[in-house]
Amino acid sequence: MASQARPRRSAPQAPPARSVPAEETTAKHAAAGTAPAVRKKTEGRHEQLRSFYRDMLLVRRFEERAARAYTEALIGGYCHLNLGEEAAVVGLMAALRPSDYLFTTYREHGYALLRGIAPTRVMAELYGRVDGVSKGWGGSMHMFDVTHRLLGGYGIVGGQLPLATGAALAIDYRGGDEVVMCTLGDGTAAIGAFHESLNIAALWHLPIVFVIINNGLGMGTTVAKSSAEPDLYKRGAAYRMEAARVDGFDPVAVHEAAARAVTSAREGRPYLLEVVTERLRGHSVVDPAKYRSANEIERLKHEDPVQIFGAKLTADGVLNPDSIAAIEKEVVGIVTAAADFAANSPHPEVGTLFDYTYATPVANDSRRLPGQPLFEPAPFPATPAPAPAGASAAGASAAGASA
Amino acid sequence: MSIMTYRQALHDTLRAEMLRDESVFLMGEEIGVFEGSYKITAGLLKEFGEKRVRDTPIAEEGFAGAAIGAAMLGLRPVVEMMTINFSMLALDQIINHAAKIYGMFGGQASVPLVIRTPGGGGQQLGATHSQNIELFYAFIPGIKVVAPSTPADAKALLLAAIRDNDPVLFLENLALYNTKGEVPDGDTPAEIGKAAVTRPGRDLTLIGYSRMGHVAAEVAAQLAESDGLDIEVVDLCSLRPLDRATIVESVRKTHAAVVLEDDWLTYGIGAEVAASISDGAFDYLDAPVRRVAMAEVPMPYAKPLETAALPSRDDVINAIRQTLAAVGHRATPLAQGVPHS
Repeated sequence: MASQARPRRSAPQAPPARSVPAEETTAKHAAAGTAPAVRKKTEGRHEQLRSFYRDMLLVRRFEERAARAYTEALIGGYCHLNLGEEAAVVGLMAALRPSDYLFTTYREHGYALLRGIAPTRVMAELYGRVDGVSKGWGGSMHMFDVTHRLLGGYGIVGGQLPLATGAALAIDYRGGDEVVMCTLGDGTAAIGAFHESLNIAALWHLPIVFVIINNGLGMGTTVAKSSAEPDLYKRGAAYRMEAARVDGFDPVAVHEAAARAVTSAREGRPYLLEVVTERLRGHSVVDPAKYRSANEIERLKHEDPVQIFGAKLTADGVLNPDSIAAIEKEVVGIVTAAADFAANSPHPEVGTLFDYTYATPVANDSRRLPGQPLFEPAPFPATPAPAPAGASAAGASAAGASA
Repeated sequence: MSIMTYRQALHDTLRAEMLRDESVFLMGEEIGVFEGSYKITAGLLKEFGEKRVRDTPIAEEGFAGAAIGAAMLGLRPVVEMMTINFSMLALDQIINHAAKIYGMFGGQASVPLVIRTPGGGGQQLGATHSQNIELFYAFIPGIKVVAPSTPADAKALLLAAIRDNDPVLFLENLALYNTKGEVPDGDTPAEIGKAAVTRPGRDLTLIGYSRMGHVAAEVAAQLAESDGLDIEVVDLCSLRPLDRATIVESVRKTHAAVVLEDDWLTYGIGAEVAASISDGAFDYLDAPVRRVAMAEVPMPYAKPLETAALPSRDDVINAIRQTLAAVGHRATPLAQGVPHS
């Protein structure tokens, strides 16, 4: 019903019909000609494709494990998964240099993994442990790592857009050559911060790429019901910002589109990229997604980017059942080790509760647990009450005040 | 030491900090070409250029958030919100982001940001341009809120705010910009989180901040002359953290307190001060703690109504006299002894 109104990927679903980048086609044909340099190039290309597949599978297995841990009550709060968005995550992250910055949403586990953060630390954050990427202070929605320049998953829809714009401003201020990538969901295109941020970024020629991950649903609300212009990338025109839409089931296409966007941003021309993908499960782990029609559920059974990409690479001779099994084994090993690590990482000490209110220590900062008094019980004023003989005459001191 | 206006103290301090530190820059609506709605930034665009004095579109959420993001990467933006009323457009960025980023990510990134903004009524600007909503920010752990009442404090607290690694809401007041006072030379920052006893006394503690800190000092001086009253004045200076120890120490000495605020009484800053006194000086009080605050209405435009809504010096003097009457103080021949309603 409403799902039919959603913008669908224009490319056909069957793997063989998916367009192959010109570079790869050329390389494949040339490889038959046995020139060693060309064969080497082809092998390099295959290596990249295999690594895309491996990274997609890592995100898939990690998220499945997170869902399981959530049902086992090892993970609390909200838990939003990248299931269905693996190709988008992989293609986007492959386009960034390590020195570039990423601001993203609360659906960010996969991004954290592919920025290069150890899966152990990502899983430990989900478990709320001290070895977590945000030391257990953030949880699923708030992963952050300065070293890997993941400057946050953000739980407030659209909150990251102005922040990312400001990070790009700081880069520009200092004359650096880094780029900021800022991902957002399709629903976020409706909020004011989207307009304000894109306008400022374009006015000031900031090095930033805004990426709309359009999985068709903002929680249970379709794009058609939330945006008067459902072709979200077209909003770039309002800011004279170059924009494009790409098939989010194809990591190669996403990578190429993201690379073009990043190059543009690095030259001071901010860019809007719309990546059309699917959310294979509910909004979060606990959402049964009953708002989806039977037709849509049936259709989604045949839309799995990991399977589609694996089948394509197999058909192209890049992968075979043995190499797929080896990748599966490697990835499952990583995810299992991450879960074991997380389960064994300590919980934060309650004594650290007041460690992160302020970066600059400040006088009279409250460090009071619930129920504790503001002041120690004070001695009575000295003036009245003639004390009985022998009673101690404790004077009223001004002390005893503790903030 | 020189005598200057509150406005001049702010301007000179901004300029000095920009000269001292390349990472300090200014952002806001109309601060450059227009030189600021209240002319705090006059001349700075000409001196420092567009990179460091950045006129923004009318997009409070967008530019406040951009300042936060720039601060996360180590710059020291000083944002001007034309008035505190407009800062409500940026509440999500300030409260959900600036205040949370240090803690939420386990101390990995700080936000060395200053948001300067004037509150205050009395200029016939009507309901939406006359509010005192510093409470919104003072309520939030993770933000520091300072509220200087004199030119000297404006300088010292602005120095502290710019050099601090946390987001600081710097509250100014429309009625203070033209007030004058002595400002020390040099660049010694104040200590955020500390209140100041600006006048020692024994009869009653008068507590205020921002414009009402200024009023408190004037009323105390006036009553010393006219009535021989020895009133101690505590200027809060910081609203978060709140220096309860200084407040309570004073009230334990004077046994009576009147709290002045320009915001609305119910749930206001004064309520927190009064509750702190109750907690720390209950046995020392000889009269109930009295609060003087704005009438609880949207601010009217018409002058007589606006004047009636705002706390005046006479309102403060009456509250002091009634409190001292309740104490049964020797030096209150004029007190009416009216029970407060």
